[in-house]
Amino acid sequence: MNMPDLAKLIFGRLTIEAIPYHEPILIGTFIAVAIGGIALLTLITRAKLWGYLWSEWFTSIDHKKIGIMYMVLGIVMLLRGFSDAIMMRAQQAIAFNGNPGFLPPHHYDQIFTAHGVIMIFFVAMPLVTGLMNYVVPLQIGARDVAFPFLNNFSFWMTVAGAMLVMASLFVGEFARTGWLAYPPLSGLAQSPDVGVDYYIWSLQVAGVGTTLSGINLLATIVKMRAPGMTMMKMPVFTWTSLLTNVLIVAAFPVLTAVLALLALDRYAGTNFFTNDFGGNAMMYVNLIWIWGHPEVYILVLPVFGVFSEVVATFSRKRLFGYASMVYATVVIAVLSYLVWLHHFFTMGSGASVNSFFGITTMIISIPTGAKIFNWLFTMYRGRIKFDVPMLWTVGFMVTFVIGGMTGVMLAVPPADFLLHNSLFLIAHFHNVIIGGVIFGLFAGINYWFPKAFGYRLDEFWGKCSFWFWLVGFWVAFTPLYVLGFMGVTRRMNHFEDPSLQIWFQIAAFGAFLVALGIGSFLIQLWVSYKRRDQLRDVTGDPWHGRTLEWSTSSPPPAYNFAFTPVIHDNDAWWDMKERNARRRLEGYLPIHMPKNTGAGVILAGISFVFGFAMIWHMFLVAGIAFVALVATAIGHTFNYKRDYYIPADVVARTEAARTEELAAHV
Amino acid sequence: MKMLRGLLIPALALLLSGCDAVLFSPSGDIARQQRDLIIISVVLMLLIVVPVIVMILHFAWKYRESNKAASAEYAPDWNHSTVLELLIWAAPLLIIIALGAITWTSTHKLDPYRPLDQVSQGRPLVAGVKPLRVDVVALDWKWLFLYPEQGIATVNEVAAPVDRPIEFHITASTVMNAFFVPSLAGMIYAMPGMETQLNAVMNKTGDFEGISANYSGAGFSDMRFRFHSLSEGDFDAWVAKAKASADELGREDYLKLEQPSEKEPVHYYGSVAPGLYNAILNRCVESNRMCANDMMALDARGGQGVVGAYNVTSLDAATRARVGLADDDRRYVGALCVASNGGQPMTPAGRPL
Repeated sequence: MNMPDLAKLIFGRLTIEAIPYHEPILIGTFIAVAIGGIALLTLITRAKLWGYLWSEWFTSIDHKKIGIMYMVLGIVMLLRGFSDAIMMRAQQAIAFNGNPGFLPPHHYDQIFTAHGVIMIFFVAMPLVTGLMNYVVPLQIGARDVAFPFLNNFSFWMTVAGAMLVMASLFVGEFARTGWLAYPPLSGLAQSPDVGVDYYIWSLQVAGVGTTLSGINLLATIVKMRAPGMTMMKMPVFTWTSLLTNVLIVAAFPVLTAVLALLALDRYAGTNFFTNDFGGNAMMYVNLIWIWGHPEVYILVLPVFGVFSEVVATFSRKRLFGYASMVYATVVIAVLSYLVWLHHFFTMGSGASVNSFFGITTMIISIPTGAKIFNWLFTMYRGRIKFDVPMLWTVGFMVTFVIGGMTGVMLAVPPADFLLHNSLFLIAHFHNVIIGGVIFGLFAGINYWFPKAFGYRLDEFWGKCSFWFWLVGFWVAFTPLYVLGFMGVTRRMNHFEDPSLQIWFQIAAFGAFLVALGIGSFLIQLWVSYKRRDQLRDVTGDPWHGRTLEWSTSSPPPAYNFAFTPVIHDNDAWWDMKERNARRRLEGYLPIHMPKNTGAGVILAGISFVFGFAMIWHMFLVAGIAFVALVATAIGHTFNYKRDYYIPADVVARTEAARTEELAAHV
Repeated sequence: MKMLRGLLIPALALLLSGCDAVLFSPSGDIARQQRDLIIISVVLMLLIVVPVIVMILHFAWKYRESNKAASAEYAPDWNHSTVLELLIWAAPLLIIIALGAITWTSTHKLDPYRPLDQVSQGRPLVAGVKPLRVDVVALDWKWLFLYPEQGIATVNEVAAPVDRPIEFHITASTVMNAFFVPSLAGMIYAMPGMETQLNAVMNKTGDFEGISANYSGAGFSDMRFRFHSLSEGDFDAWVAKAKASADELGREDYLKLEQPSEKEPVHYYGSVAPGLYNAILNRCVESNRMCANDMMALDARGGQGVVGAYNVTSLDAATRARVGLADDDRRYVGALCVASNGGQPMTPAGRPL
């Protein structure tokens, strides 16, 4: 065998040409990432943190630590996704009057694709999953999730998917298809490069994690609630998490299947979505939106839960209309499967089909409206404290109502014919995703941070972050609403009409304000860490909370609760406080806990290698990786050292320390 | 204050300039009706959205902790009111019932497949007026317009007589685009191997912008065309000008034109190969290629069986070299009989059946 053949066998189509050394922006990014990365690794090594990170975090199967790691992943990827956004805004602000801007289509098209993929799959999803992971077991009085190892594995699969997307920045390229990669554009004939393969494999690898995490949380909520917590006594965040995970379990397999079919078209020469030999691209469009629309609710339902917790806590009032809140969530979850076609009214469906899907879409606004009213009447006759989480909530309510209204406008098919694919549409979905999901995540982060770390987040920088985000959002996206009415559509690289430029410049300024908002948030984290002694909360209940997670210490012990609580009310902790329930201080028993394992990291690492090898047609490497993956998975089943007991005296000591802290506080 | 005014006045002027945005000042009857729907739906929803926003801000302010006046009202356990619950479900429901009814009727009335029944508001269609048929093909990255009645074709320019209904038949060569003349009517996708239709009419003469509204690859941003709305006489002159072009669009010319190019200048073809649009739609411009509609008809009768699996062919090398597809050995299902190109039979390279 000669050298080129050998190289091809090992490296597939990966050559030195795949490194984009002729693109100054990418080289600059690479150098910055490399320097930053080396600095970080050196710091960790010099501080001798590797052992600590490995044994306390990476291999941890504690739902709280995994939740925090999900949040870290989401925040890191937010920086990547947002730099893409800034580049798009800058490009569109300058590419007028024959000026091609600084991003040629080849690069620009990758950026808007990566922006969408990263923001949905690797920012919003990890942040939402992280919150659910951290909070749900605490809210239902459980000691961990139903399948603790699976939880760790799910997290690392999500990381592996994110790493594949990041790898595409420096080795090869990302898809130039838009974030849903419609064929025929994403087919082999039109996109023969590795971009779409990066897209497919990163989502497939991360999708395994998402699906398993959905199953896990579903089982946790169904089976592991504390005694007395009937379904209608669950906190609303747990309810929305339950339905979110139902949606994940039902929707993500559709995504996996449709991406598998696209992969078959690209790898095995099948013709599911090609133009010829009986393929049908419309099938892809239908399938991807049968996943895609529920996905919207997968993101937004949990934050509806966050707002429900926050608004009740900071209004110091019971949530108004608990039952109708629950039913509204169920109705939204069911309806989310009946509206997918509204994403393509303009693809030639008949009038009756279009009106059916238009009307089902509008119907969703009824339960959503009911939720808004419920939050509103929770504030009514309350005693509202405007801490940072509550600011985000009020900001959300005002912003989201507008986003909902523009959404219903798009649901009227003849109106959608004018507004589909326009910047109005872009403004609409950023209005609900930023104004809903992102605002909710920031509310949630500010709300539960003291629970996770034992000190509150700095108020001043929190407020800076909120106001920059709120004003920045409106400055960035109001121009896009207007541009939509001017008939300007999405994904344009440059423009002809010079009168549009001012709007894009305003939008770019808005993006700059949002950048300040993100910066303020990072400063907030740093300042809070520096001032942690002043911001310390030893009670475990800094906001005078209502649900169970506030009954334990901050941060909670590994076992969460020394004694499994018994629930009598849907505001369980509020109820306990009202009735002066005492902490039980004796009679501790050894606590059965799951044991850390490195199997999740290893399996995800091999999956990354497998995905990377498949992308570059390194089929030998891919084959080896696949065998290793199966072997490791089977090997892990022979690991019988999966659990341990926290001895009763350790529990007693931990609880005694908390008793002392509480006494000292009062 | 002065600074505030300095900021406010340009901002206001900008917003006002947004008001004569193209979607708000359409020139075609369909776009006008679609605009009216946008306005009606907004007004209907504002009925509920404005009170909600006012209430959010009002409650947030009134019930703030520091407001001692409201603290007497504090009711920590108040969490249910049957009347309010009925109201908060019923109010949005009523709005949606109204909007749903409007949606059902307007979606049927403005179905792009439905022939027009009026030229503009209050001007019903004169009986016997036949709509102008225009076949639209989205290519990489330019627009091809075929006029079957006039026997002409144009690239990146389309024209129609004012107040005459137009019936667009729309398809694409390789990937999805969307045909969009914002002043005329809403967009509709152009998809390979599929046909969509759009019935519309322009009520003002003028030169309007048309774009592709669905991202289709590298040359997408320049995939623009001009829509000329002309008087009857000017339209006839425009047709005559196109007819005078010596260029003809034969099948091989189409195969050349179809290949990716950007910023294509306007171009006229004085004549067009017969049946070209149907061949494009059914993906059988190559003479030895089976048309999709034939394939479907065959498959509906049980298909060709195992033999069909071998009936795969490609263009012969000579033709490929001639049309500039030397490196492209695209493969497809072979035709059962072979078309001719202006009397010149093209060589089928496939396996004889």
